[in-house]
Amino acid sequence: MSDPFFPVLVLFAFAAVVVLALLFIAQTVGPKRMTAVKADPFESGNPPQGDARIRFPVHFYLVAMLFLIFDLEVVFLYPWAVSFRRLGVFGLVEMGIFLLIVVIGFIYAWKKGALDLD
Amino acid sequence: MQAPIEYYLVLSAVLFAIGVAGVVIRRDVIVILMSIELMLNAVNLTFIAFSRFMGSVEGQVIVFFVMTVAAAEAVVGLAIVISVFRFRQTLDPRDMQLLKW
Amino acid sequence: MAADYVALLPAAQMLVAAIVVLVLDLFTPADEKGVLVWTSLAGLALSAWVALRFRGAEGAFGNTLLLDGFAVFFILVFAVVAALTILMSVQYVRESGIREGEFYVLILLSAVGMIIMASANDLILFFIGLETMSIAVYVLAGMWRSRAESAESAMKYFLIGAFATGFFLYGIALIYGATGSTHLDRIAEALGGPQAALLLTAGVFLVLVGLAFKVAAAPFHFWVPDVYDGAPTPVTAFMAVAVKAAAFAGWARIFLHQWEPLRDEWTPAVKALAILTMTLGNVLAVTQSSVKRMLAYSSIAHAGYLMIALVAGGEVGAQALLFYVVSYAAMTLGAFAVVAALKADDREGAAYADFAGLGYRKPFLAMAMSLFMLSLAGFPPLAGFTGKFYLFRAAVAAGHTDLAVIGVLNSLVSVFYYLRVILMMYMQEGGVEAKSFRGAPYLYAAVGFTAVATVYLGILPTGALYASLGAIASLR
Repeated sequence: MSDPFFPVLVLFAFAAVVVLALLFIAQTVGPKRMTAVKADPFESGNPPQGDARIRFPVHFYLVAMLFLIFDLEVVFLYPWAVSFRRLGVFGLVEMGIFLLIVVIGFIYAWKKGALDLD
Repeated sequence: MQAPIEYYLVLSAVLFAIGVAGVVIRRDVIVILMSIELMLNAVNLTFIAFSRFMGSVEGQVIVFFVMTVAAAEAVVGLAIVISVFRFRQTLDPRDMQLLKW
Repeated sequence: MAADYVALLPAAQMLVAAIVVLVLDLFTPADEKGVLVWTSLAGLALSAWVALRFRGAEGAFGNTLLLDGFAVFFILVFAVVAALTILMSVQYVRESGIREGEFYVLILLSAVGMIIMASANDLILFFIGLETMSIAVYVLAGMWRSRAESAESAMKYFLIGAFATGFFLYGIALIYGATGSTHLDRIAEALGGPQAALLLTAGVFLVLVGLAFKVAAAPFHFWVPDVYDGAPTPVTAFMAVAVKAAAFAGWARIFLHQWEPLRDEWTPAVKALAILTMTLGNVLAVTQSSVKRMLAYSSIAHAGYLMIALVAGGEVGAQALLFYVVSYAAMTLGAFAVVAALKADDREGAAYADFAGLGYRKPFLAMAMSLFMLSLAGFPPLAGFTGKFYLFRAAVAAGHTDLAVIGVLNSLVSVFYYLRVILMMYMQEGGVEAKSFRGAPYLYAAVGFTAVATVYLGILPTGALYASLGAIASLR
């Protein structure tokens, strides 16, 4: 076996066999006694409170969406930062325009009350 | 040692196919959205693989743009989902019968 | 360095206009929103002027963004279409409680995307334009927030659009792998040399599928009637005209011009699409009970006619394509404007029954609608006839007589459902008295302008034909 990945394959196979064997043994040998306490959802050991499927304010979605957008705009700052010296003034102006547009978006969201958390 | 490019291409093709299958088969708008994201990320993988094997950075720059576009799409998609959800309490496209599909 | 950016100016100016309207909207009280209309229109006019002024400027960013005659031609089309859409929306938007400022901003933003699509000489830049346009239009479709149909329409449009985006992008990735670039000039150079043929063909076909979704070519058309039906009528008009024109601009530049060497590979597929699209669109349009849905199917059929020009190819085909895009824009915008005028309070007046007796209630609207219907059906001497004449002539000249014959047969079928509208308006009494807007000057201006354009393009097509030819010739 000259392939350098052969040991990895053996490891995968071994891991798979162990997992399947354990699952099989637990399934067949282990006793199954379902109690009310066991059926409860797990909340870090405390007695569970309320339902997990509550509806929460639509505002959370709005914040999440704003985060998603502004978070990704920052992606463009990284390549700029890396080649900042070579791009010089030109790059600075370019990035300034880009950030200006992002900030206008931010002002819009602000003014429309998307950031009021109450 | 480096894996040959075919591996990456096959992987991304499989991912893309899973995404397409997800869009066609699944019945929950959120899952469909996730499948579309999977398609776009499969494309990203293709770009990165080609870019690496051809030694050009163009492909990696493209990935930045695709990521941004995908985020913008996801945001608009979620907003639309919310506005649909206001009218009916389901996200199953089969229930959207106001307009004949 | 400065000269590098001139080609970007029309798009940049449009973006500035959108931002100005957005900020202005924040600081205008609700009863003074009229200023937003004028600001938007001024922004559109300024963009058109900038495009004309700097036509033929050097390409920006290493020739990935061009401002050749072809781009300028389409920028003018987009500016006029966007302006007419805004004019026909003013009353509509106010009556349906749509947020006015955002509505105009989104129209301007999608126009930015369209301008980039028409000017892009790089697949990735084209993709960014496509997405800028599409994302704005997804939101526009859902702008009528108190109406469930509008939200549903936006949802369907979004899902289909995003799905198509995936295919389009995967195609670009494969082409990038096969040729080593996304720049259309580089790709064209690589086409001559040795290449990974399978990757390239697969990529070309995926791009084709992505564009076919956007122009609603059968069998990728199934979403159109629902989306067009549910969206606010001015938005439907914008989707049917501007989005389609932008996609065809890309189709012309990428396929007709740059991928001419691959003609033999994609022509059979486009030909099959064209035949299927025309036939399905026309046959299904006959069975509709709502004028808005009928117009949706009619727009599918017209996408099929436009694809004839792609198959015909060459200078003649491209010229016919551009001319037909303009004619189609005039008559379709007009028809949708009339539908928009019939909106009752919370409901679209888009059923055939709503048109009953319109000839007596609203003679001007009925006259204009008759004109648009006759033109869409292809009666001389209107724009639709002239456009189809050049399309079919190009097809015959290129040796695709079968396509021309199928096109003519389809036009005959279409006469049936277009004339039905006219019969409804003049032969049927009364109908439901729709509470049309009293005094909707902007809307009437849009209807009047498109009606004049429909007649003018039909009788005196020379100017537009020369412009089309010049635009084609500027594609090096």
